[in-house]
Amino acid sequence: MSLNYAVAMLLFALGIYCLLSKRNLIKMIMGLGIMTDGLHLFLISLGYRAGGIAAILTGEMLAGGGDLAARAVDPIPQALVLTSIVINICIVALALSLAIHVYRHYGTLNPFEVRRLRG
Amino acid sequence: MRRAVALSAVLFLGALLLLAVNLYLPPFGSFPERGLGGFEGRSIGQHILEEAPRATGSANIVTSVVWDYRAYDTLGEATVLFTAVCGVVMLFRALGRRGR
Amino acid sequence: MTGMSLIVRTVSRLLLPFMLLFGAYVVLHGHLTPGGGFQGGVIIAASLLMLVLAHGMGRIQAAIDLLRLELAEALGGLILVGVGLAGVVVGVAKFYGHVLPLGTLGKLFSGGDLPLLNIGTGIKVAAGIALIFYAMLRMAGGEEL
Repeated sequence: MSLNYAVAMLLFALGIYCLLSKRNLIKMIMGLGIMTDGLHLFLISLGYRAGGIAAILTGEMLAGGGDLAARAVDPIPQALVLTSIVINICIVALALSLAIHVYRHYGTLNPFEVRRLRG
Repeated sequence: MRRAVALSAVLFLGALLLLAVNLYLPPFGSFPERGLGGFEGRSIGQHILEEAPRATGSANIVTSVVWDYRAYDTLGEATVLFTAVCGVVMLFRALGRRGR
Repeated sequence: MTGMSLIVRTVSRLLLPFMLLFGAYVVLHGHLTPGGGFQGGVIIAASLLMLVLAHGMGRIQAAIDLLRLELAEALGGLILVGVGLAGVVVGVAKFYGHVLPLGTLGKLFSGGDLPLLNIGTGIKVAAGIALIFYAMLRMAGGEEL
């Protein structure tokens, strides 16, 4: 049981706890962000090689020596997580603008009261 | 009351996830010998590591995966960013006009 | 939105060219070092946000208005799709095929059309995130967009 997987599951569980038990829309959006961070850490840790280096050719490896293919970590989960981080930015921006709209319309940020007021 | 129910549900979920990670995933740090779900072939990450500097000409292999092997996904991500920016600007334009 | 004191305004004016230079470095060396279009674009947008926080929204809005940012974002998107379609037009007959020569490994002019794609994405992401900042900051002042 390694540290990476344990911290990723802890972050995911913390995010779900925020979504379940907070009564403020902004705090629930923060919980969404924490959950996504845990998931990204889990995805990147899946492609780790013991004693590996980053998948970038630098220095003396460019001159023809060195064996990157036998020592580097997996590059595919890192590329997919790059895409996922940008999409997370878009989701949080749209969710925050909708929260501002809800506040201007209903006067409160509590999702249970918003369900009762109904315009 | 709600907080106690949420805490117990989250603790149960956390224990379930830790158990699943221990039982069903390959050990941490075993990149090419994966065997996820009974798959015993050659990993595609290893194939890309061996071939990418010669075939794409860039020294950064992660960037070559993002822009050369998976260029469609990055184009879709740029489209999502464009749509989100359009949505945010449109929402705040409507808010300003209604507030008058 | 009002600005801040004299010290903050002067220091932000001194720091601005270094931040822009670092953002451009991260964008252009995307195929040699970690980085690329998305990371460098966010750095350039953060430098614009630093200017807005220090000088106030009115002064920056007069210099870099909404229309220019929207045009810049559309231009970045056009570069992305154009480089992809150039593969079909030129004769390689593949969307996002290799059009420019590959070059030697490790130099700045290598990697085919990767630097062009990085520059297009840098412009697009910088303008997009600056537009999100503008939309939210205008509402803080209570004025219409």
